Amino acid sequence: MKNKEHPDKQYYFDKPENIRKVKIVFGISIIALFLIDFVIHRHIYISWEELPGFYAIYGFAAYVSLVAIAEILRKFVRRGVDYYD
Amino acid sequence: MINAPPGIIFILGALLVPFLRGNIRKAYLLLLPLVAFVDLLYMPHGTNYVFNFIGLDLIFARVDSLSMVFAYVFVIIAFIGNLYALHVKESWQHMTALIYAGSALGVVFAGDLFSLFVFWEIMAIASALLIWSRKTKASLNAGFRYILVHVFGGVCLLAGIALHFSNTGSILFGNIGLDGLDTYLIFLGFIINAAVPPLHAWLVDAYPESTITGTVFLSAFTTKTAVYVLARSFPGTEILIIIGALMTVYPIFYAVIENDIRRVLGYSLINQVGFMITGIGIGTALSINGTVSHAFCHIIYKALLFMSMGSIIHMTGKNKFTDLGGLYKTMPLTSIFCIIGAASISAFPLFSGFISKSMIVTASAEGGMLLIWFLLLFASAGVLHHAGIKVPYFTFFARDSGIRAKEPPLNMLLAMGIAAFLCIFFGIYPNILYDILPYPVDFVPYTTSHVVGQLQLLLFACLGFVVLMITGLHPHEQRAINLDTDWFYRKGARWFMWFINNPLSEFSRLTAQATLNFSLFLLWFSRNPLAALKILLNIEKNREKYPDIPQYLEVVNLNAILTLIFLSICIVVFLLK
Repeated sequence: MKNKEHPDKQYYFDKPENIRKVKIVFGISIIALFLIDFVIHRHIYISWEELPGFYAIYGFAAYVSLVAIAEILRKFVRRGVDYYD
Repeated sequence: MINAPPGIIFILGALLVPFLRGNIRKAYLLLLPLVAFVDLLYMPHGTNYVFNFIGLDLIFARVDSLSMVFAYVFVIIAFIGNLYALHVKESWQHMTALIYAGSALGVVFAGDLFSLFVFWEIMAIASALLIWSRKTKASLNAGFRYILVHVFGGVCLLAGIALHFSNTGSILFGNIGLDGLDTYLIFLGFIINAAVPPLHAWLVDAYPESTITGTVFLSAFTTKTAVYVLARSFPGTEILIIIGALMTVYPIFYAVIENDIRRVLGYSLINQVGFMITGIGIGTALSINGTVSHAFCHIIYKALLFMSMGSIIHMTGKNKFTDLGGLYKTMPLTSIFCIIGAASISAFPLFSGFISKSMIVTASAEGGMLLIWFLLLFASAGVLHHAGIKVPYFTFFARDSGIRAKEPPLNMLLAMGIAAFLCIFFGIYPNILYDILPYPVDFVPYTTSHVVGQLQLLLFACLGFVVLMITGLHPHEQRAINLDTDWFYRKGARWFMWFINNPLSEFSRLTAQATLNFSLFLLWFSRNPLAALKILLNIEKNREKYPDIPQYLEVVNLNAILTLIFLSICIVVFLLK
């Protein structure tokens, strides 16, 4: 399939300014979301929710621990692609 | 034809497919689900199509809000799937897909256990055929393992139904509840189709081996009909709560380290069905509503994800994360559709996952189930990792693999577009879905605490991703496979067969040999017992060696020996009587 486009064609995320824009938007939303916890009123079912920043901390911790445990799991269950053949 | 069970429309309609060609067939494939949809709109609630068979009532159209929701989404996904598969020339694939969809609808509307079972088995066969239609060696083997597991499940189910009928005299399909061996067997049969770990390996084994269009159908029906039957027959069964919660957590670890792009989605599927199972277990109106709405939304966004991954495979020929990256540059539409699917499954506000899954999580919170709630939240962050981030990022973004594939054909783009539209549509107007749920809904998804809490959970999990990437601690994709519970009947089965073929068969050969030798000995002995005894006791040899010493049996007559033997046998027989 003949590649008709210019080999040096720049795409959206090839430009560093665009990546920087995404980082800034992300950073602002993170900070805003954390601070908003001190302002809003929550409908509480579980007492843990009252902790400021609970969801934020739990989300971060859950993600990191998930990856950590998965890496440990990988040590046990990883095999070559031809294992069953 | 109006008000016919839509399953019959699909199954009978499938038979026409081989006789149509070209554009007429394409139009037919799109028209059939539309006709079924109109049929559903006019479906009267209640019990219809009751046939008497050997004294039992077979009910083909038990219609209430629970079955209607599933029926609607099955027909919708059949339309989307057919649109996605429009370019497939083989009529066989279309037929099996339609029969599969039709039998799933048959299960949903079945009012008695017997017709349920018949449709259940048709589903198993049709889906196995759909797996085999890829015709690679891997898919043949995966399909065999798939059908082994499903036949086992089907046998359990049949045994349970038979036992249930003999216990209660009824084959009515309603709330059964866990109480006695028959219900345990039926439960087991349903659980297997729902892919509950440890009996889940068939799903992640077989789904990635099917054709790219077949997997879209596969992902929609088998597990969701299992969810439906469990919701109908075992609502509020407490063990399902912990089963479901563990089911959401177990596969996400595997999803993190998986390299095959569709196998990751398979693990993701198990995770999401876990939410539904938990909802069934909790059994409150809110949680059952949550389960049903989650099933509805999940079918659509999961199909969207499978379609986007299928498009990648179709256009690049590659299905491993290690081979992909940077595809957004030439496949922007597909990447946007994939991101919409990813946002839906992660339950971002404004997408369909948010309005459905949160009902189940809230129900667990309302019920005060602290551990379950923590597990479900953990699983929600986990979904964001593998489906929200890993799947779109490492295929469409990340490092540039240099592949410059074009967008998939128009029918596939349209199918994905419709699914993506529905994901956003129900996310913004949830009440359209809420109105058809089994119980009245007073749940409001768009409250400040819900939206903020969810955004915090998700975006800070994203932060975790960013931090791990920056520090270089994020796991790399590796070209390898990971062992799951199917190891036991794959490698484990080989050891079992070695044991049967070698030690065990040697043992059986030896016992047969020994028995034969013994009977030959008896034959030889009985010809002349006196001489035999003499030979056995080496009388002749001793006589030659020691001629002066009298030997045993020298003076005994043959007839005396025979009489002695006969007499002792008679005494033994007499005593035994």
